[in-house]
Amino acid sequence: MRKFIALTVFAAAVTAQAAEDLDTRVERLAQELRCVVCQSQSVADSNAPLAVDMKRHLREGLAAGRSEQELRDELVQRYGEQVLYRPALHAGTVPLWFGPVALVAIGGLVYWRHGRRREGGP
Amino acid sequence: MKLLLAALLPLLATATLVALLARSLQRDAQAEPVSPLIGKPAPVLDLERLAGDTPPRPGEVWVLNVFASWCGPCRTELPVLGQLAEQSGVRIVGLDYRDTLELGLAFLKRHGNPYALTWRDPEGKGSMAWGVTGVPETFVIDRKGVVRLRHTGPVTAEDLNKRLLPLIKRLQGA
Repeated sequence: MRKFIALTVFAAAVTAQAAEDLDTRVERLAQELRCVVCQSQSVADSNAPLAVDMKRHLREGLAAGRSEQELRDELVQRYGEQVLYRPALHAGTVPLWFGPVALVAIGGLVYWRHGRRREGGP
Repeated sequence: MKLLLAALLPLLATATLVALLARSLQRDAQAEPVSPLIGKPAPVLDLERLAGDTPPRPGEVWVLNVFASWCGPCRTELPVLGQLAEQSGVRIVGLDYRDTLELGLAFLKRHGNPYALTWRDPEGKGSMAWGVTGVPETFVIDRKGVVRLRHTGPVTAEDLNKRLLPLIKRLQGA
């Protein structure tokens, strides 16, 4: 009897552990995804019907043994790159990744040259 | 010369910026929503049937329309979809998004049913496969099963005559 109880407790603990892992994985993945119908909210933070559906989809996918990358790629194919908060670096997203840096660099260059001219002037 | 260039450069830069902004303002975001699905094979729906039993035949141009009984604009677009089916002969497949069986059936009964076949999508699985962000949304699929157009919001008589019908006629002729 005691053995049986111990076994039951052990099984329950293992199940709880697995469920918690799934929760954290869904949460982590949903944090990376933009809720495409919301303003500045991740799928994890939103309760919009689409975000709720997406979270269910992620949970079912992960539970079925699909990888995070697989689920991410699938959503990009359906909703476009904008569904990712950190889009992959490729030709189309270069302005997104380096545009701000380039603008600051141009501004700095203009400021530097302008400053030098003034220094050298009368 | 150098001075002239220095004076003109900010002006030129501003003019470029204004032109870019003006173009974005004038572009009708509703008319041509970007969809990564355009040019790709239509996603296959594995759902339960709500009504109708005539799916589009293989090699036929067809239309997918995502709707819901709780969606007002979907009601107003139903007669236009009826005209679309009548005037072009395409089969329209309905996708009843986040709805119950009873409400979905009652909706079609009360407001008219333009769909050759309607799928139930209570959990948004089908609409997620199509990258749908809201109801109503309409897609046109060509004879090879490739998605050719995505329209968000209700299809108006103007959309029907200016965009959908011409495209469908062209695809049917191809």
